[in-house]
Amino acid sequence: MDYFDRFAVPHPSPAIYASMVAIGLTMIAVVAGITYFKKWGYLWREWLTTVDHKRIGIMYILAALLMLFRGGVDALMMRAQTAIPDNGLLDGQHYNEVFTTHGVVMILFMAMPFIIGLMNIVTPLQVGARDVAFPRLNAVSFWLFFMGAMLFNISFVVGGSPDAGWTSYFPLAGNDFSESVGSNYYAISLQIAGIGTLMTGINFIVTILKMRAPGMTLMKMPMFTWSILITNFIIVFAFPVLTVALALMTMDRLFGTQFFTMANGGSDMLWANLFWVWGHPEVYIVILPAFGIYSEIISTFARRNLYGYNSMVISMVAISTLSFIVWAHHFYTMGHGAMVNGIFSITTMAIAVPTGVKIFNWLFTLWKGKIVFTVPMLYSLAFIPIFTLGGVTGVMLAMASADYQYHNTMFLVAHFHYVLIPGTVFAVLAGFTYWWPKMFGFMLSEKIGKWSFWFIIIGFNVTFFPMFITGLDGQARRMYTYSESTGYGPLNMLSFVGAIGLAIGFALIVYNIYWSTRYASRNISNDPWDARSLEWATHTPIPEYNFAVVPTVDSTEAFWDSKKKGFKLFGGKVEKIHMPNNSGVPFIMSCIFFVWGFALVFSMWIIAIIATIGIFACMIHRSFEKDHGRYISVEEIEETENKLRGAK
Amino acid sequence: MKIKWALLTILFTIATVLTGCDNPLMVLDPKGPVAATQADVIMISIWTMSFVVLVVMVLYIFMIMKYRASKQRDDYEPPHIEGSKVLEIIWVAIPILIVAFLSVVTVKTTNEVEATPKGYGDQEPLVIYASSSNWKWHFSYPEEDIETVNYLFIPTNRPIEFKLYSFGPISSFWIPQLGGQKYAMSDMVNTLHLAADVPGEYMGRNSNFSGSGFAQQTFNVNALSAKEYDKWVDEIKATAKPITEEKFNELLKPGHVGQSTYTGTHLEFSPAPEGENAGHDHGSSDTEENDSKDTHEEHSEHSNMNHDH
Ligand code: HEM
Ligand SMILES: [Cu+2]
Repeated sequence: MDYFDRFAVPHPSPAIYASMVAIGLTMIAVVAGITYFKKWGYLWREWLTTVDHKRIGIMYILAALLMLFRGGVDALMMRAQTAIPDNGLLDGQHYNEVFTTHGVVMILFMAMPFIIGLMNIVTPLQVGARDVAFPRLNAVSFWLFFMGAMLFNISFVVGGSPDAGWTSYFPLAGNDFSESVGSNYYAISLQIAGIGTLMTGINFIVTILKMRAPGMTLMKMPMFTWSILITNFIIVFAFPVLTVALALMTMDRLFGTQFFTMANGGSDMLWANLFWVWGHPEVYIVILPAFGIYSEIISTFARRNLYGYNSMVISMVAISTLSFIVWAHHFYTMGHGAMVNGIFSITTMAIAVPTGVKIFNWLFTLWKGKIVFTVPMLYSLAFIPIFTLGGVTGVMLAMASADYQYHNTMFLVAHFHYVLIPGTVFAVLAGFTYWWPKMFGFMLSEKIGKWSFWFIIIGFNVTFFPMFITGLDGQARRMYTYSESTGYGPLNMLSFVGAIGLAIGFALIVYNIYWSTRYASRNISNDPWDARSLEWATHTPIPEYNFAVVPTVDSTEAFWDSKKKGFKLFGGKVEKIHMPNNSGVPFIMSCIFFVWGFALVFSMWIIAIIATIGIFACMIHRSFEKDHGRYISVEEIEETENKLRGAK
Repeated sequence: MKIKWALLTILFTIATVLTGCDNPLMVLDPKGPVAATQADVIMISIWTMSFVVLVVMVLYIFMIMKYRASKQRDDYEPPHIEGSKVLEIIWVAIPILIVAFLSVVTVKTTNEVEATPKGYGDQEPLVIYASSSNWKWHFSYPEEDIETVNYLFIPTNRPIEFKLYSFGPISSFWIPQLGGQKYAMSDMVNTLHLAADVPGEYMGRNSNFSGSGFAQQTFNVNALSAKEYDKWVDEIKATAKPITEEKFNELLKPGHVGQSTYTGTHLEFSPAPEGENAGHDHGSSDTEENDSKDTHEEHSEHSNMNHDH
């Protein structure tokens, strides 16, 4: 093949050319804009080199929102293609690329980073810390995720997209059946982003275990922090499996090993097992933080403490443990017999018990409360019935004998969207609206927020409910077309209409951000929602050092108690504060990772070797570097504090 | 809230009217004992789960209606309530009972659908090898010594034992009205037991994504009475050409082909990946060539624990 030919997309279409042009123009516009406004210095100093957990969190969320729209456009394309029978909008190959990208982007580059973004912003504040345990590692994590996402996204215009599903089952994803570089992109970009995630896991476990405010014992931590702690334990146990699986996959695809092929002792079942040993815990990685977010929001807006705190914690621990022993429910039909399937059915259904405990606890948090229907609360309340539907259909799927009929059908697609969307998307939207004033110092419009809420809720149900029915009527998932005689037409059309409703809802969120940025009042208090946990105890906007004085805590709701019972949060006096210095190395190293990944995708060994050396050079540089951070003096702190207090 | 539920109800009604009335949903319209068992399990789980949903919804609506701020005095201060042992025990115990009940149902029925179909135990099953290649289905009838491509004729009232494997990516063999699916993989043979009670034409397809031609990887299933089935077999034997290795290799090439019929089966020159050294390595170091029947038995034991011949 000619050197340049391999960068060409194997199945070009007008959409791809249009995207190439759009990407090119956007890049030119961005570069020109930054140059014109002379913002390169600002961008470098304040954002690209930052180690501040709040800024890193904001960058995570920004990237996640972008990816939500990328994945959303894919979703619309799929629904448009299947809206009518025998539609010719997309061909089979293109549809396969679209749903593969959609799945990967939504789970790994939207849901995860959105959650990690919120946890970056909120967790240190909630535990009363000044930063995360390893601020610089945190920057590395973010940039690795970002570069992984970028690498995955350019597959659309350079060399070809992955097309074997987000599960990339072998042998389909092997060289024999997937010749383009698409699956190389999958293996390598997920690897880069995954390493970042693993480091985040370690970072936040240490942060939560070691940096809590005095008096905050484990059983006094806010529920969101609890959910984050447990999530990060799952990350640390699950992600190494993905790392290994992807490494084997890379070797199969690039170096001709045969771990997952059928010849020479390889086994396609090994891939399925490794994938789901990571994959099932992964869905809890994106759902448990949502449980934390909802717990905070429901108790804030029911104006009551969380019901059954202890059982909430215990149930999350139980869910996280169980999540590791259910993976085979994804392939009951692989032929491991009634005994194995029976065992996995039971472990899977067992998860319903702790999940039920949580649902009832949330319901009883509303009991005797005084419910205010703000936008974050609306999402949280909508979550309860919708997630219940998702959960009960999950129990139905868990029953092996019946799953032989649901497996790989639209019923499954409906189920997992009924858990993932209320469980993750509503949660991050709720959390994002809830914590927005902390991040930016003004509120998002409640009115526009409610409009987008209703579009999203109704659109969601109209999109996904019909899939339960077409699934039971024999419509398999991942089918890009079907014939008129199947009778699936009308319900698929209904789904498409719902998807448009959803799209309008998401577009309204962007409009809301635009509108509120321009017009919303900047004159808000530090605690605009009358909330209960420590992140609301500091100023809005939050100073770099979070708390001038480290708070002391003596209950699960110390901030609430300080407001209602006069408990003194900030007893100590102001002292100089140690903060880490910004560093360009995380960004630079991640850029080299990007080059490394790109070179590997196309088997350009020389570049790959040079990049590998570059990566090690960055690490060596770090280990010889003497950077002990800096101190913020007492005067400087007092000045900042006075200014922030004066603003109110 | 009210608007939402009204809309949901409307949606649900439309959806059921659209599909439910004139022709029942395929999975819930079984034409054989396996699919019937599965439809029963599905209905049992739907009813059980409706109870759960109902309880949650009643509590939910009650809480939201009763404790909204707009319904309360301005100076009302919600109390601090830690939780309640009694209530928490109730909502742990009842779900455990429900899960236990569903577990019993699952284990029992899973054993059932993995074995020779109910009521057919005394009959010798008809063995059909069903193999997939991009993006076709090949059906070999060793007993009759014939082979079909992309369509399947079976006798009613006789247990059928499908031997599933693949010449390419993982595929899933599925005839919704006769019973749930199982994977066809390249390195092992899976066994799927089905039977048809009612003569008729049914839809069969590959339901596991296998590349760009996957959507059209379907096959027709024709269930005939024993007499008609025998007549069909005789007809094929009289009219069809033998399958040659050459012809078969041509069929294996990726792409779609129509239906066709042959005498003989491809098992003679391209045997199914059964037995000891069939790619799917169980770690046995036994290199001795076993009688193929024995190894086959052994393999089925392994992959299908509750399967009795
Ligand atoms: C926003 C509206 C969304 C719509 C309209 C939508 C629609 C779809 C459709 C049509 C499919 C393909 C079904 C098929 O043919 O097999 C799909 C697959 C999938 N979706 Fe979504 N989706 C949405 C949001 C999400 C979100 C938020 C997530 C995750 C957090 C998600 C995760 C997935 C996954 C993992 C798959 C499977 C991909 C695969 O088969 O490899 N989706 N979605
Ligand atoms: Cu799972």
